[in-house]
Amino acid sequence: MLQYRVWDLHCHLLGIVGRTPEEKMANLLEIADRHGIERLCLFFSRTWSKTPTPEELKADNDFIMQAMSHWANRTHGFCYVSGEHVDFSLSEMDRCIQNGPMVGIKLWVAKRANERDLDAIIRKASELKAVIFQHTWFKQDGTQYPGESTPLDLVELAKRHPQTHFICGHAGGQWEMGIRAIRAFKNISIELAGSDPTAGFTEMAVRELGHERIIYGSDSAGRSFASQLAKVYGADISEEAKRMIFSENLRRLIEQPLKLKKTR
Amino acid sequence: MTIDTNINLERWPFRRLSLEETSKLVAKLKASGVTQAWAGSFDGLLHRDIAAVNQRLADACRQFADLLRPFGTVNPVLPDWHEDLRRCHEVHKMPGLRLHPNFHGYTLDDPRFAELLSLATDRGLIVQLALAMEDERTQHALHRVPHVDPKPLAGVVAKLPKLRLVLLNAFRSLSLLQCGEVAKAGQVWFDIAMLESVAGVTKLIEKVSPERVLFGSHSPLFYFESAELKLVESGLPEAVLQQIRIGNAMKLLAVSSD
Repeated sequence: MLQYRVWDLHCHLLGIVGRTPEEKMANLLEIADRHGIERLCLFFSRTWSKTPTPEELKADNDFIMQAMSHWANRTHGFCYVSGEHVDFSLSEMDRCIQNGPMVGIKLWVAKRANERDLDAIIRKASELKAVIFQHTWFKQDGTQYPGESTPLDLVELAKRHPQTHFICGHAGGQWEMGIRAIRAFKNISIELAGSDPTAGFTEMAVRELGHERIIYGSDSAGRSFASQLAKVYGADISEEAKRMIFSENLRRLIEQPLKLKKTR
Repeated sequence: MTIDTNINLERWPFRRLSLEETSKLVAKLKASGVTQAWAGSFDGLLHRDIAAVNQRLADACRQFADLLRPFGTVNPVLPDWHEDLRRCHEVHKMPGLRLHPNFHGYTLDDPRFAELLSLATDRGLIVQLALAMEDERTQHALHRVPHVDPKPLAGVVAKLPKLRLVLLNAFRSLSLLQCGEVAKAGQVWFDIAMLESVAGVTKLIEKVSPERVLFGSHSPLFYFESAELKLVESGLPEAVLQQIRIGNAMKLLAVSSD
């Protein structure tokens, strides 16, 4: 297989062996190295609480910043925020992004993306040029959480913030529907992470969205790097598309908050 | 060299696949270093004329006999399923069977399942039991198929010490801990197509031993590269990787041919 520069948008340290965040980080990087993955973006990694309290959000953000501390050149942190705790989330964004090392925000399943409560968080993220990642799924088995967004929920949010860029996490799981849902909205990209490596996913995404709107991620440690890398390595798309999906599209987004930090 | 123990021919019912033509799939597998592939049929999931499904499978595998080995479908819910079993063994000379209890509507404590395993064992056939075909969250809204409930499996396996059972796509139903329990109950192998988590192959081996793990890609529904890269990710010694790629499957097949 040809080697590409690979940046992974979506990693958790949950499930990785290690007594401390630093040990877990080292162990995950050792496995990432087997694939030649250059950089890892880190999302919350302490608990799977679906409706985290402010204390849990802070503890998780501290955990990630501690994990990153020895590997600043290989990791990027995403600040865990919640539409249930808007004021606290805004202060966490100040602490972790404006005055800290993080480059983006992660919105999971506490509140659906179409809720107006999220607007203040998005405005703040936009000011900081932070990368905005929203988890999405269209679940067919009845396990959708009350606050879990579909790509259609994210579209409502993106329509209210047309100058802001969003990442549609997991492409909605049912990728044929997720791709269609966001297709018309150029300020939304999809990520490939966290679903089975079903053939045709990446080809359809490239065909319908263009390769500049697709980002590789794994959702490790719950998923393997392998199954998610295969979605790009195995896809019948151009080498240029693979290069963009594996790293360039994400690099372009992450450079923006990093540049802003340098100018401050 | 690799033996891929988990591929399917014909058409997946819910999506066109770029490698659904057997010649294209064969070319891809050969280019990826696969020297033998154990093939079931997507048609076996929903068709009721299983005899025709198995005939087409046998014909296709004969056309690419340097690579493909047919694993015929038997659905013990259908009338006269014993004849399908007989033809798989006696007419098509298949090395094994592939079962889909969830698509065919029976549970693993169904007496017909026990009878089918027993008869297959008497004939020296390998039995591949597919516990899932796709993530239940992504199934078609009008065709939701729950994963096979594996609870009765250890008990069923323990009663058939000569049974050689390969669990395909097991890990959405079975935890690694449960895999260890099933492996202890009898001669049971696991393919890696749906194995997830970082360095998952290493974790699986810790539970079931390196001798019980088989390479399986679930192609063409899954990108073949997924299984291949899981071996890279494992960091296991080359000798163990060789066991998984080819050694364990060759031993399993050799016993079947005896």
